Amino acid sequence: MADTALHHDTSHGHSSTGLSNNKLGMWLFLGSECLLFGGLISTYMLYRGRVGTGPRPGNVYDIPFTSVSSFVLLMSSLTMVLAVAAAQKRDDRGTNLWLVVTALLGSTFVGGQVYEFTAMYHEGLGFTTSLFGSSFYTLTGFHGVHVTLGVIMLLSVVAMNRKNEISGNKSEVVELVGLYWHFVDIVWIIIFTLVYLIPA
Amino acid sequence: MAIIEQPAPVGAPELPAPATPTRTFGALRRPVATTGWKSWLFTVDHKKLGLMYGAMAMFFFIVGGIEAVLIRMQLAAPNGKVLSADVYNQMFTMHATTMVFLFVMPMAAAFANYFIPLQIGARDVAFPRINAFGFWCVLAGGIVVNLSWFLGGAADGGWFMYAPNSGPVFSPSHGVDFWALGLQIAGIASLTGAINLIVTVLNMRAPGMSLMKMPVFTWLITVVQFLLLFAVPVITVALFLLSFQRNFGATFFDVSAGADPLLWQHLFWIFGHPEVYILILPSFGIISEVLPVFAKKPLFGYPFVVFSGAAIGFVGWGVWAHHMFASGLGPVSVAVFSIATMAIAIPTGVKIVNWTMTLWGGKLKFTAAMHFAVGLIILFTIGGLSGVTHSVAPSDTQQTDTYYIVAHFHYVLFGGAIFGLFSGFYYWWPKMFGKQLNEKLGKANFWFMVIGMNMTFGPMHILGLQGQPRRMYVWTEARAGEGFFNLGFWNRIASLGSLILSFGVLLFLINVWKTARSKERAPLDPWDARTLEWMTASPPKEHNFDAIPTVHHLDEFFHRKYAQDPVTHEMTQVATAEDILREQEANADAHIHMPSPSYWPILLAAGLPFVALGLIYSIPVAIVGGLIIVLSMFGWALEPSTAPESDFDPPASGDGTKELAPLG
Repeated sequence: MADTALHHDTSHGHSSTGLSNNKLGMWLFLGSECLLFGGLISTYMLYRGRVGTGPRPGNVYDIPFTSVSSFVLLMSSLTMVLAVAAAQKRDDRGTNLWLVVTALLGSTFVGGQVYEFTAMYHEGLGFTTSLFGSSFYTLTGFHGVHVTLGVIMLLSVVAMNRKNEISGNKSEVVELVGLYWHFVDIVWIIIFTLVYLIPA
Repeated sequence: MAIIEQPAPVGAPELPAPATPTRTFGALRRPVATTGWKSWLFTVDHKKLGLMYGAMAMFFFIVGGIEAVLIRMQLAAPNGKVLSADVYNQMFTMHATTMVFLFVMPMAAAFANYFIPLQIGARDVAFPRINAFGFWCVLAGGIVVNLSWFLGGAADGGWFMYAPNSGPVFSPSHGVDFWALGLQIAGIASLTGAINLIVTVLNMRAPGMSLMKMPVFTWLITVVQFLLLFAVPVITVALFLLSFQRNFGATFFDVSAGADPLLWQHLFWIFGHPEVYILILPSFGIISEVLPVFAKKPLFGYPFVVFSGAAIGFVGWGVWAHHMFASGLGPVSVAVFSIATMAIAIPTGVKIVNWTMTLWGGKLKFTAAMHFAVGLIILFTIGGLSGVTHSVAPSDTQQTDTYYIVAHFHYVLFGGAIFGLFSGFYYWWPKMFGKQLNEKLGKANFWFMVIGMNMTFGPMHILGLQGQPRRMYVWTEARAGEGFFNLGFWNRIASLGSLILSFGVLLFLINVWKTARSKERAPLDPWDARTLEWMTASPPKEHNFDAIPTVHHLDEFFHRKYAQDPVTHEMTQVATAEDILREQEANADAHIHMPSPSYWPILLAAGLPFVALGLIYSIPVAIVGGLIIVLSMFGWALEPSTAPESDFDPPASGDGTKELAPLG
């Protein structure tokens, strides 16, 4: 009887798949997100050459600038790994520190995107200027919203961790946010390659 | 409703354990009501949510049915005056939207929610609060979509909302905005529900229940959840693009601005074709439970049914463009999708063969549930065959946008999906309510529905092949033709059929009402069933099972009741359902911790319609909605899903405290 109960007590990882409910759920959610970005990327690829009378992609992209902000976002994955490692060692100070650093790097990326959007707008590429403009802002905007939500999640975990209010397995909560964060990073690698590096 | 229960034998008075929340999470203390409306509003119990899904879906079934009858009344006579052309467009759009998104999908979710934890021997789903959130999202979405009726007119572009019909030129009212945002909200429920049920099935099966010992219903629902998981985000993208076009001036689907009109069609049907299987597979699962029980035989070729279901799930992703044969895709695409469409008929045919072979040589018992199950096999086969005629592209280009298509998808959706759901009502009613629906009325219900449905949709084959366009709002005697092919005659028959069909549905509602009033209790195992959900009380206790069963066989419950006689090799009964339940109660787990009710799921979902209405009318309202959402999320994150022990009075203590889902 104790065994049957343990079987259902997934907080200690005794589940049929060996993954906790939360982690399996997060993986499934990320699987679904792939299709979301798949749809947005397809729309952009279809429309990137349809510039109408507005600027062409090559005229508005500042590749050196975006490369730097991409590098910042990639580095945030490294600090996220350090946060998860600290959480697994039950090092609260280290966890909070690396989570805050990750959030700062993420915010830097979002700030860069805001700057980039503003610059592009001044160069004549508005949301409704052309199909290229609409699909570009939609795709990168959705990604930017994902990063922003990630930053909010990171800071919320830090705030809850400081007050010791995380219910359940703390290192797993950090790891789940980390899974999401790495996913958003990987999507950016794809977007950066397809949108910025490959000429239309 | 007791939040924490110590299992009591059947018949003993049930005393709710009082609970006193000691802490505030976010702004609110945990709800504690165990009876009354509050216990439903804030519940996270999968069975209560299942019933709520069912009640909501039934309401929308009636709404969608009234819309259908109005359509048929408009076409019942030449120069129909029941509806104007504009209202007619809204009517068929909302009929399809309601039936697909607000009836068949939530009703399948009702059965899935109620029975999957029971069928796999679990005490609840993996994420009970997300489950509650899902229900409130569908309800909110349904309300938003239907609000448009009262705020300037509903969506009128057809349920697949092709451009340019969805654009502001052809659809100037806010109907399409309500439609897009409402479906977006309902889509959240599909996505969270899919994640929830997949995790439940993969992680929380009773000991011994390997994947190939799972009931077929659970299997096919799992396939459906994977389809939803990957199909919903695609429609999400499409709906976002549509909303951006209508509200923010983008031109994603505006051909005059250089857009590609096929983009919407591709996005919609990449979602829309898997959606077809999302609608039908739950019903396939239901009758795969019903047929073996009433044939007194195990399902013929269980692995074939399971794997053909999974095959449908895979191939279902490669056939979407058969909805677009008339759009000029080019010969290669048309050939590929044509062949893929023919191929998907194979796993479907496998199922038909398996069901037929299950019946073959069985001791058939024609209950109402069995009537509907057999009805599904026959009607779905007719609809499937007319579907194969669409897969032949040259033939399809003749049939596109005619009533022949309408006939086809009503045979598979009404004759298939809805007959399966009705079979499920009659089969599982005693389990859900402890009372049996009246069999005589049930059979009358079946015959009226089957005659009505064939009268309504059968003539549409003829109408369609004669060329009656799918969305024609009026016909005239002068152009109706003569003799056997007189369009007026067949339109009248179809309209008469729709009334007979409606009367059949009315008989079901009367049956429900009479059963609810009757005091007669159903036996514990009225059908001599085979699967785990029948191994508990009817209706099940809040924690489902006093002791989680260990599974050794496919059809575990049957194998506990019957054993092979060593001499005659006949299966003979060795135990009754009552014996098995008594044994379980005697070995009950001591303290079972169930997830506690919560305010946050309903509050979080309540913020969504404000965002939708705000986006349409005034941004400050959307901001208020956004604030409700953000605050609810934080309240949710801070509140553990199971209340701490100290909250219970008397506090639960001692060994054997069982927890269910620790987070979520």
